[in-house]
Amino acid sequence: MDRRAFLLAASTATLAAPRLGHGQAARPLRFVPQANLTSLDPIWTTANVTRNHGFMVYDTLYGMDAQFRPQPQMASGHAVSDDRLTITITLRDGLKWHDGEAVRAADCVASIGRWMKRNPSGQQLERALEEVSATDDRTVRFRLKKPFPLLFHALASPVNPVAFMMPERIARTDPFQQIRETIGSGPFRFVPREFNSGSLVVYERNPDYVPNPTGTSSFTAGPKRANLERVEWHIIVDASTAAGALQTGEIDWYEQPPPEIQQMLRRNRNVALDAIDPLPLSGILRFNHLHAPFNDKRVRQAFLPAINQADFMQAIVGTDASLYDAQAGIFTPGTPLANDEGLAPLRGPRSIDAARAALRDAGYANQPMRLIGPTDILAPAAMTQVCADLLRRLGVNADIAITDWGTVVQRRASREPIERGGWSMLLTSFSSTDFMDPAGHFPLRGNGLNSWPGWPTIPRLEELRDAWFDAPDLAAQQSLAREMQRVAMDEVPFIPVGAYRSVTAHRRNLADRVPGFAIFWNLRRT
Amino acid sequence: MWAYILRRVLATIPVMAVVALFVFSLLYLAPGDPAAVIAGDQATPDDVERIRASLGLDRPYLVRFGAWVGDIMSGDLGTSIFTNLPVSTMIAQRVEPTLSLCLLTLVLAVSIAVPMGVVAAWKQGTLVDRAVMGFAVLGFSVPVFVVGYLLAYVFALELDWLPVQGYTPFREGFFPWLENLILPSIALGGVYIALIARITRATMLEVLGQDYIRTARAKGANQAGILFVHALKNAAVPIVTVIGIGLALLIGGAVVTESVFAIPGLGRLTVDAILRRDYPVIQGVVLLFSFVYVLVNLLIDLLYTLFDPRIRY
Repeated sequence: MDRRAFLLAASTATLAAPRLGHGQAARPLRFVPQANLTSLDPIWTTANVTRNHGFMVYDTLYGMDAQFRPQPQMASGHAVSDDRLTITITLRDGLKWHDGEAVRAADCVASIGRWMKRNPSGQQLERALEEVSATDDRTVRFRLKKPFPLLFHALASPVNPVAFMMPERIARTDPFQQIRETIGSGPFRFVPREFNSGSLVVYERNPDYVPNPTGTSSFTAGPKRANLERVEWHIIVDASTAAGALQTGEIDWYEQPPPEIQQMLRRNRNVALDAIDPLPLSGILRFNHLHAPFNDKRVRQAFLPAINQADFMQAIVGTDASLYDAQAGIFTPGTPLANDEGLAPLRGPRSIDAARAALRDAGYANQPMRLIGPTDILAPAAMTQVCADLLRRLGVNADIAITDWGTVVQRRASREPIERGGWSMLLTSFSSTDFMDPAGHFPLRGNGLNSWPGWPTIPRLEELRDAWFDAPDLAAQQSLAREMQRVAMDEVPFIPVGAYRSVTAHRRNLADRVPGFAIFWNLRRT
Repeated sequence: MWAYILRRVLATIPVMAVVALFVFSLLYLAPGDPAAVIAGDQATPDDVERIRASLGLDRPYLVRFGAWVGDIMSGDLGTSIFTNLPVSTMIAQRVEPTLSLCLLTLVLAVSIAVPMGVVAAWKQGTLVDRAVMGFAVLGFSVPVFVVGYLLAYVFALELDWLPVQGYTPFREGFFPWLENLILPSIALGGVYIALIARITRATMLEVLGQDYIRTARAKGANQAGILFVHALKNAAVPIVTVIGIGLALLIGGAVVTESVFAIPGLGRLTVDAILRRDYPVIQGVVLLFSFVYVLVNLLIDLLYTLFDPRIRY
């Protein structure tokens, strides 16, 4: 008799116990997240694992459906004035915080105020905003200085930090300080007494949660049904251990198994693997525009003929072509703004010789450059290795500085020249929602020293971004997106090095998983 | 004796002070910026600066060190930069798994290694001796994580006798607790068993050649009595010393073992904190470890008097 058979026999002997009356739902769902949940404040930090925690505990006024259309979530609806300067959002009936208090419009106003300070779309909204206020307990009113067509899109966006609603007393916390309580109105309640950062995070079903009665469930929009009584996040840092635990059934879901582990898991008939998000993540090669040689756009352009996106992507996901896209542009492939404007230099035959010649023509005279990258984050580490090889083949004077991610994050913030510890190039990846549009697309900013590390000054990109926020409809947005890509491929603030799908692994008895990221509503055991 | 203990306990204070200064300075000089990690990719330099200021990381070295020492003197190890939890709470959550792992490994190692060493010495030059020494070489040579993976593969994945990972607190029952710790303890204990077995063998060989052992044999004492009563007690001082020194090995190995078997112990806490640059946690854990080392050394010194009455303090 093996251990599981013994345990099964022992549990059968206690069939009369009332706790078994809960059936399948009473068994905790055990999940291994992509990273440790270190901070519980989804506004204070932008870690994706904290965003996922946020979607467990908190709800949003609007959700985003799989077609990227905002849909009312905590809101029952809204009214827009004829001049589009006043927008009134009405809350659904019966919404409650996890402490039993009713959700009030004043809570939402405070939450929006905190979110606006940290989210790029929120910051743009704040500039257009005259006032946001609660006219009564169920009504939130926005008064704008100028129309802001993307208001609902911003409130629904899953880009970090997400516009999660919190009780007013918590939402009044300085956005640069962490909140001290985790009280939301979402489908699951956080259990603080069992929280052990680095080991265990526990959620229980929120019995007071009222799923949205309208619409169909789609991404973060529509009815959210909590079918599981208890969800446990077990932090297992070792991939082999997590995979072993999944195979033996000790855990039910492993969010991000690395490629070499996926091969092993595919052989287990009790385990299913699929793309966690139907949309891919994007990889980029970022240049430091402040110093030579990449302060010259001809040098940046010279790299384009040498970039083979398939090389970079295969280093991350292996050779299965269904898991990557080697024709990627600056927006996430498969999203409405993705286009092929200006991508010719990245397509067609790849040539190291052409890149060498372009470097010579650009006046590159063996100036030193430094590539920085991590060892401990899968995608950036793999892409950095490919780039290091590329630099060797190009014959440039390159210093390759590989460290842990914590050091990379600090080093990339340095604006110093490389002789004083600065950097020239780095590779990293962004989630599908980050590159879905210009709002959260940080590498696409051209606002100089205020932009993402690399600090390109490209005023035209900023003009186009502002215009995108004001664009009245999707057609206008798409037109602007084409122009942005044309400018980006000419100025080369970064080079897209491909897009890849992140694979997730779970026991076959899990059904109705919502695609996108680690979402637990609607998920059930069969 | 009591005066000696008091002197030794008081001597830990300057030791801890030096450790504190060293750790704090090292972290101050090390690259990495927790504010940049927290702020995330879309943060502007101003945002990062505001977070840095809110965490007090923009203050000069001496001000930060002084504040930290002041907090420690009042029994406050500080608050984690990332989790916002008191460091003492985080350490308290992690002490039991690490202590359990180390204690079980210690018990397992001593109860296996000492008899192995004694028998190897007794059977010097025979197949048994060579087998024991062969095992010792293996124990030293194979890394903990390799042993861990092998054990997990065989006993958890293939035979399904034991769980792959995790930890069950002792309060939930002895057997569930033990079930989770058997494989990690064996994996961690390998090198420790090898070390103790070798030292035991070497010391026993020396003792077994002494006149009083020959006398005991001449008087007709039985073999087990000679080995485990007369000889082992006289060989105990170096063995106990090695067991104590080996504790450092154990805590180092626990970091790897806790990762391989997903045990939520202090080792993992330390590594996670280092990778995130969670300074208060790193400082708190290192202080705790150094205190434990000092305490273990004191305990070993005191144990000497038990095994060798000639030693007096």
